[in-house]
Amino acid sequence: MSENHDAESSNNLPAPIEEPIANPGLAPHKPRPTDIDPRAERRAERQVAAFFIASMVCAVLFCVAYFTLDIKDETDTFIGLGASNVALGATLGLALMFIGIGIIHWARKLMGDVEISEQRHPAASSEEDREATLAALSAGLEESGIGRRPLIRNTMIGALGFVGLPLIVGLRDLGPLPGKKLERTVWKKDTRIVRDVTGTPVRPEQLEVGDLMNAQPEGLVTPHSEEIEKEGHSRGVEYLEGVDLQVEKSKSSVILLRMEPKDQTFSKRSPENWSVNGIVAFSKICTHVGCPISLNEQQSHHLLCPCHQSTFDLADGGRVVFGPAARPLPQLPLKISEDGYLVAQSGFLEPVGPSYWERDSE
Amino acid sequence: MVMLLGLLFTGTLYAAFAPANAEKGSDNQDEQIAAGRELFLVGCAFCHGQNGEGINSQNGQYGPSLVGVGAAAVDFQVGTGRMPMAQPGQQAATKDNLYSDEEIEQLAAYVASLGPGPSIPTSDEYSLDNLTGEQKSEAIVRGGQLFLANCSACHNFEGSGGAMPWGKKAPSLRETSDKHIYEAMLTGPQQMDVFSNGNIAPEDKAAIIAYLNSIEENPGYGGFSLGGLGPVSEGMFAWIVGIGGLVGFAYWIAAHSARSEKTETGSEETNA
Repeated sequence: MSENHDAESSNNLPAPIEEPIANPGLAPHKPRPTDIDPRAERRAERQVAAFFIASMVCAVLFCVAYFTLDIKDETDTFIGLGASNVALGATLGLALMFIGIGIIHWARKLMGDVEISEQRHPAASSEEDREATLAALSAGLEESGIGRRPLIRNTMIGALGFVGLPLIVGLRDLGPLPGKKLERTVWKKDTRIVRDVTGTPVRPEQLEVGDLMNAQPEGLVTPHSEEIEKEGHSRGVEYLEGVDLQVEKSKSSVILLRMEPKDQTFSKRSPENWSVNGIVAFSKICTHVGCPISLNEQQSHHLLCPCHQSTFDLADGGRVVFGPAARPLPQLPLKISEDGYLVAQSGFLEPVGPSYWERDSE
Repeated sequence: MVMLLGLLFTGTLYAAFAPANAEKGSDNQDEQIAAGRELFLVGCAFCHGQNGEGINSQNGQYGPSLVGVGAAAVDFQVGTGRMPMAQPGQQAATKDNLYSDEEIEQLAAYVASLGPGPSIPTSDEYSLDNLTGEQKSEAIVRGGQLFLANCSACHNFEGSGGAMPWGKKAPSLRETSDKHIYEAMLTGPQQMDVFSNGNIAPEDKAAIIAYLNSIEENPGYGGFSLGGLGPVSEGMFAWIVGIGGLVGFAYWIAAHSARSEKTETGSEETNA
C-alpha cells in the first residue's frame, strides 16, 4: 500500500478524491419512435427518400431553366432580379439543401442510436514502457557508436546541412533578379507629361488652382488624336504596348496638382524649383504597398491611399501625415519646355513605390 | 452732311443688327444682379461677408471668399441645397433646395459680377445629343476610361460615392443631375479637386456624364447590387445573412431532439 502510494507521488498524480455525489451514470436509453414502431420507421425511410428525390427534381429543373430562360431581356422579373438568375440560384441551392436535409433526417431517425461514453486515461505511457524505450534508445546509440566516433557524427551533420543548399540555389529559378528595374522608371530629362487616357500634352496655364490631373509620361498613353500621335512619332516617341506598358505604367503614373504657391512648404527633398507656379507632380504609387492613389482633398492638399489610409501632404513634399507608409511620396521635378509644355527636369531621384530589401535607406 | 449721313447709316445698321435684347439684356442683368444682391444679403452674407469677400475668424475660415468662383459654383451649391448651410460641419450636406430657379439665377448673376469665373453650362455642353450613335458609344467608352482614371478613386467605380477622412464623404453620383455633375467638375466644390476645361476638355466632361448615365441604364444581371459598394456590403451580406442563416439552421437542428416528449407519449399510447 505504501509502495503504491510512493509510485503515485513520483508520478505527480493527485490522490483520488472520494466523489461527494455519487456518479448517476448514463440516463436509461429511450428508444425513438422509429426504433419501436415499424410504421414510423417506414415513414421516416420514405421521408428521407423523398428529400433525395426532391433534390434530383431540382437538379433537373436547373438544367431546364438554364436552357429555357432568357438572360438578356428578363432582368427584373421578381423584385428586381432576373428570371434566369432566380431560377438557377433557387434550383441549385435547393438541390444541395435537400441532399443535406435528407442525410440529417436519415441520421437522426434511422441510423444507429446508442449512447457512447469514453473514459479518459492519463496521457503518459506506463513506467515500464518508458523505461524500455529509453533502454532501447541508449542501446542503439551505444551500438552505432555515435558518441565514440565524432568524425562520422560531424560529417553526417554536415551532409544533412549541405543537402539544404541545392534547395536554396533552386530558388534562383523562380525568376530573373530584378536588378535595377525597381529603381528606374521611364521618366527622364525632358519627358513630356501627358493626360492619362487622352494622351494630350499639358501647358501650365491650362491648370487652375485646385486642379488635379492624373498624368503619365509621354509614350505610355497612345493618344486618342492621330495628329498628336503623328507629332509624337516625329519627335521619336515610342508608344509602349502590352506587358511593357503595364509594367512601366505601374511605376510611372503621376498626379499633377496646382495649388497656391503661398500654401507650399519647400525643403531639401522638395526644393522650390521643382514646382512650376504652384504645380507639383508626385508619384501616384503609395510607398506602403504600392496602391495607386488619387483621393485628394483640395483644401488640405492631403492625398489619401484607399488601401490602408496612408495620407500624404502634397503641399509639403509628400510628407506622411497619417497611416502605415514609411516614406514620403517621391516628387517628380517639373519645368517648362521651350515650346511651353510641362516636362520632367529629370527622372525620380529615388525608387517609387513600396520599400524592398535592396533599396537604399535614407 | 456726310458725317450726318454716316452717323444715320451706322445708327440704322446698329439698330438693325445689334441685338435688341442686348440692350434689354444688360438692363435685365443689372436688375438680376441687384435682386441677387438682395437675396445674398439675406441668405449668404452672414458667412461670406456683405460683399462676398469671405469672413475669417480666429478659428480659421468662417465662409470663403466668393470673388471669382463664378455662376456655376452658385448654381451647384444652391441648386443642390448645399448652400446656405444649415449648420457648420465637416461638409455641407445636401437638403431640399429653398430657392426658385429664378432666384438661383439672380444669386448666380450677383456672384458672377464679383469676379470672372466659370459660367453655368448650357445643355449642349453636358449632353451628347448632337453626336451620331457610333460617335456616342465611342464617347461613352472614353468617358468610362476617364471616369476610372480621375473620378472612381473617391466616387467609387459605379459612382456610388465613398467615405473620406474626418467624417467627410464623396457623394453618390446616381441622383445628381447632369448639369450639377458638370458644374462640380468645373468648380471643385468643398474638398473635391477642380477639373477645369484645361484639365479635362468640355467634350471629355460630357463623355464622363454620358458614361454615368449609361451605367445607370445598365440592367443589374448579378441580382441585388447591394448599393454597388463592392466587397464591403457584399461581404457583410454574406457574413450576416448567409453564415448567420447557416448557424441558425444548425442551432435549430440541434435544439429539436428526435426523441421528443411528444412522440414518446405518443409511442407510449400506442404501446398501451
